[in-house]
Amino acid sequence: MTEKIVVTGVGATTPLGGDVKTTWKNLLAGKSGISTLEKDWIAQYEVPVTFAGQAAVAAAEILTPQEIKRLDPSSQFALIAAREAWADAGSPEVVPERLAVEFSTGIGGVWTLLDAFDTLKERGPRRVLPMTVPMLMPNGPAAAIGMDLAARGGVRTAVSACASSTEAIANAITRLQSGEIDVVVAGGCEAAIHALPISAFAAMHALSKRNDEPAKASRPYDVNRDGFVMGEGGAALVLETESHAKARGAKIYAELAGGAVTSDAYHITAPDPEGSGAARAVLATLAMAGAQIEDVAHINAHATSTPVGDIAEYKALRRVFGDHLDKIAITATKSSTGHLLGAAGAVEAIFTILALHEGVIPPTINLDDQDPEIVLDVVTSPRKLPDGDLLAISNSFGFGGHNAVVAFRTYKG
Amino acid sequence: MALAQADVLAGLAEIVNDETGIATEAVQLDKHFTNDLDIDSISMMTIVVNCEDKFGVKIPDEEVKNLETVGDAVNFIVNAA
Repeated sequence: MTEKIVVTGVGATTPLGGDVKTTWKNLLAGKSGISTLEKDWIAQYEVPVTFAGQAAVAAAEILTPQEIKRLDPSSQFALIAAREAWADAGSPEVVPERLAVEFSTGIGGVWTLLDAFDTLKERGPRRVLPMTVPMLMPNGPAAAIGMDLAARGGVRTAVSACASSTEAIANAITRLQSGEIDVVVAGGCEAAIHALPISAFAAMHALSKRNDEPAKASRPYDVNRDGFVMGEGGAALVLETESHAKARGAKIYAELAGGAVTSDAYHITAPDPEGSGAARAVLATLAMAGAQIEDVAHINAHATSTPVGDIAEYKALRRVFGDHLDKIAITATKSSTGHLLGAAGAVEAIFTILALHEGVIPPTINLDDQDPEIVLDVVTSPRKLPDGDLLAISNSFGFGGHNAVVAFRTYKG
Repeated sequence: MALAQADVLAGLAEIVNDETGIATEAVQLDKHFTNDLDIDSISMMTIVVNCEDKFGVKIPDEEVKNLETVGDAVNFIVNAA
């Protein structure tokens, strides 16, 4: 029998808080992490979207000036989240060769790249920082965590846009079940609140333009949703084989019961309107978990608040679950956090884990008028989960036709 | 205009501190950048470029490998200014 994988630590820095505890408290309180950007570059470049979900606590308040100088903002968030998760797990004693990192980003070191190009144009090549390449490379965050924790069992970065960090968690399963690795730090980060990515996402009409009401802009499933809201931050999970966790007497949040990745091969950005790829990812995840569709009690949906995306996911879920979908409590936490792109899956995995561990589902905010085409039981105020052996899943989908799903189960020892 | 050795040392110490976090008092003339201060080649290049800006000198790339100690760098800058 394959060994169970358990979650023993969580860490996050998000628009709702600089750590998991604050983020979770504000999420349950129905707060929004979205606000107007007070930046010179908004006016300078006439950026069409003037709000986003900035990290509630700036990285510079936590890391040393030298860490800030040598790490892209995405890696800064990664390191903050990973250190919190590691401490939360009790800083496990682990053989370095049996500790691995699976840590993602959707876009990578975009601030570093664009700042360096400005420097090149304004001051010439000799003034381009020698750290530019290691700071902008997408594996930079994973490598920074690997060095910080002395992880020598392999450090990898799955890059699949907004599915990235859910894919990272799914990839951790195969590493842990190989028997070669005892502990994986998995998650993702993103720091792309910059004039160029905002302008580019706006150019494809992906972003909400509700500039006058930023806290109301991210409204998954609402009839008046008009696009997603960019967020930034990082989130990390410490994942461990059950035997390793038990041997060291670790606190266990939940079991990571399954995870799967599929691809649409349909369109580079649009979701497959039938949702067949997404449905296959859910089914493969349930198969790995040894679960039936009736076992699923809760779903943290991808639900980014785009007009087409929310419906496509709904259709995929209806395809998989049929009538049982009406009995599943759904939440769309991007309504509070915004869309953290490559960090979104890991943030939402943590929310799913905490929902099981704390027995309460966090709410979806801004759902004033539910889209009649989306027939879901959406949780709009914190709702208690029943006791018992519960399964919950978290979905993430990304440009490129990437579908990634993970499943967590209440852990009973 | 000639630069005083003490002023160059103080300015260099600030640059090293800013890049690496090493205390300015630890940046002394006899200290070896690699062996004593644990400064890697990437940080060294940033320090060199920042010295060029601060002291208005040019430090050619081929010269950087000869600047093994803080004293080497201070003397080069004093003589180049």
